[in-house]
Amino acid sequence: MNMDDEYNNKIETKAADSSSGSYAPPVEKIPAKENAEQDLYHAKSFWTKWVFCQDAKVIGVQYALTATAIGMIGLILSWGMRLQLGFPETFSFLGPATYYQSVTMHGMIMVIYLLTALFLGGFGNYLIPLMVGARDMVFPYVNMVSFWMFLVAVLVLLASFFVPGGPTGAGWTLYPPQAILPGTPGSEMGIVLMLVSLSLFVIGFTMGGLNYVITILQSRTRGMTLMRMPLTIWGIFTATILALLAFPALLVACIMMTLDNLLGTSFFMPEIFTMGEQLGTSGGSPILFQHLFWFFGHPEVYIVALPAFGIVSDLISVHARKNVFGYRMMVWAIVIIGALSFIVWAHHMYVSGMNPWFGFFFATTTLIIAVPTAIKVYNWVLTLWRGNIHLTIPMLFSLGFIVTFVNGGITGLFLGNVIIDVPLSDTYFVVAHFHMVMGIAPLMVVFGAIYHWYPLITGRHLNQTLGKIHFWITFVGAYAIYFPMHYLGFIGVPRRYFEMYDSPYMTSGVGLNQFITVAALIVGFTQILFLYNLFTSWYKGEKSERNPWKANSLEWHTSDFPPTHGNFGKELPVVYRWPYDFSVPGSDKEYIPQDVPSSQVPTAKAERT
Amino acid sequence: MSKKELNIFKLLSQKPWEASQAAIDNEHDGKTLASSKARLGLRTIMVVSTVIFSLFVVSYSDRMLVHDWVSLSEPWLLWINTAILILTSLVFHMAKIYSEKNNFDKSKNALFLVGFLSFAFLTGQLLVWQHFVSIGQYASTNPANAFFYLFTALHGLHLLGGLFFWGKTTQKLFTSNFNITKTKQAIELCAIYWHFLLIVWFILFGLMIST
Repeated sequence: MNMDDEYNNKIETKAADSSSGSYAPPVEKIPAKENAEQDLYHAKSFWTKWVFCQDAKVIGVQYALTATAIGMIGLILSWGMRLQLGFPETFSFLGPATYYQSVTMHGMIMVIYLLTALFLGGFGNYLIPLMVGARDMVFPYVNMVSFWMFLVAVLVLLASFFVPGGPTGAGWTLYPPQAILPGTPGSEMGIVLMLVSLSLFVIGFTMGGLNYVITILQSRTRGMTLMRMPLTIWGIFTATILALLAFPALLVACIMMTLDNLLGTSFFMPEIFTMGEQLGTSGGSPILFQHLFWFFGHPEVYIVALPAFGIVSDLISVHARKNVFGYRMMVWAIVIIGALSFIVWAHHMYVSGMNPWFGFFFATTTLIIAVPTAIKVYNWVLTLWRGNIHLTIPMLFSLGFIVTFVNGGITGLFLGNVIIDVPLSDTYFVVAHFHMVMGIAPLMVVFGAIYHWYPLITGRHLNQTLGKIHFWITFVGAYAIYFPMHYLGFIGVPRRYFEMYDSPYMTSGVGLNQFITVAALIVGFTQILFLYNLFTSWYKGEKSERNPWKANSLEWHTSDFPPTHGNFGKELPVVYRWPYDFSVPGSDKEYIPQDVPSSQVPTAKAERT
Repeated sequence: MSKKELNIFKLLSQKPWEASQAAIDNEHDGKTLASSKARLGLRTIMVVSTVIFSLFVVSYSDRMLVHDWVSLSEPWLLWINTAILILTSLVFHMAKIYSEKNNFDKSKNALFLVGFLSFAFLTGQLLVWQHFVSIGQYASTNPANAFFYLFTALHGLHLLGGLFFWGKTTQKLFTSNFNITKTKQAIELCAIYWHFLLIVWFILFGLMIST
């Protein structure tokens, strides 16, 4: 109400001004600049320009490179697991301890240090200021510290590979009491370093998240209302809020488990006999840890998924030359999914045992979350409907995302029901489900986004042939890996097992397991091809023209290409429309960038969204 | 700048394609809220801290129900520390009022007193720790003890973080021709944070003495 009053007043005063003047040109009024120009730190030396840098674009690239580097380690660890599962008793370097350590580190690295860091730290830092029309983040110094905290967290995690006992092998969920009991790999130092690393990550992320949220709320350029923001920003914005509220639960759990381990407290540790001796602990609740962990863990799924949803909406719209179908509904869906994601966590704990009504509640909320998610899928398909689909690599990856996400989402509907989850929970069906929905699907978007924005970052295109090879092998390969895994789950092959030996489950599973392993190795090597493409195209790639995809959002309309320090030229752009004005009826232009006033495109009709 | 109110439902149901809404949108200055970015930053930090402390309180309430829980007897020193913390908040409020009246000399003195009292509080907390250790009440002795050490340590760390910004603010008052508006805001925001930590302490301390 207040907001409207204020705007009305402003318009009235402006109108009064123009009527009193002798000549009032019929152009859009440019609102007074209420945001004071930001004082930017101007880097002077190599160190402050590229290393201890306060420019969000460089920080974004730093985040992305660090995340990719640690992600490659996660990839190599997955090869170790697959070699063991496909060809047991063949490789001498793979024992049970190594296997469980690989599982744990692979899971943690991929979910937190790769995907979260890449979407929010990488794309968030690079795109937020550019897309909302700001010169930089609101707290550039804090933003820099955020990256360095992340780097230290990664280094602490890496250090755990070299301590006595190796990294922790407790499973990526780190459930106590086994995570800190002797017998679990890495229960000496590995688990402590893991918990410390996670705590550092949370602290570092909070600093970054502070920047993302406040920059989006307060530092947009003139005319950029929230409902004119690209969906990429909506996705990152909501995901950051989720992260700010969910990561504390991880921090709390990490702190208490560290104390249980180092000081012998019993927050989570029940009365335990281990190796014939009673530990000094009593009365602690391992279930409490599970609640804390999944109170973080489920929003974490959407912290990864929401930026992917947002980015893919933009990619589909740009590469199909059509406006996003139901923009407002897309925003609502993002917000509703974000809110619901905090009341579904216990569906990860059905097999831990709970009051049936408790399970009923969480099954219901889980199924309800399918509604806004399905709306998003329909809207992506309807955006493509009768669009001018260009089968560019970003579009290929976007299509791959839709198919994969639907696939993983539907198995999620099965698993959301207690009665189906209980028998399937500890099988490969679950592994296949969550890799499809939060591994492959978001990665498809990451790749699509990299092919889409690489020209903006470097001024050059990635090699198209290598890109197509990369897409097809990754896409087909992902299905070669995870489709058979659903079947393995159905025939009852349990997950988390180091080796199945001659168990009767495996009679029909052996060949499948070998097939999956070979597929995983091929897909993995293709990612190295992608990295090769990424690095060689940096200086050898085909030069890109300005705005190669003919997109409307502000990041493609900077005065320098690629954008330089300060992002925009002397004047910040002024926004007059949403970023999806493609093939607007009545307009002779194929696309209308966000900063074009309607006086320049008088015949264009406004489109209902 | 007049106050802007964020009504999320109203905002999400805007119809940007309508000409009347577009006219309003074109006038938009790019800010959603009327607060300064520093104030919003502080608020975000306080929200995140509140979530952290709430989750600890939930864990405490859950753990408390188990039979092995033996409540701690609070030493009288803890009441003194609480009194010091209340006093600190009061003095900080004074410092804020002085700065608003542009009386920066008095404000400076009050800020010094705040620093002294805050460090006194932290020392007091360490003395309580020492007292418990000397009578053999370690963190591993009982979950109630563990939570006591945890709560005091986290509260103390939050206070240390606040003292970092207190240092930066006090330093500003010593530079010649400091930015008056910014300094006033810094003092105000620090004061808000101190009040926040006082409330957190009331909740944690209240929880510990009542159970």
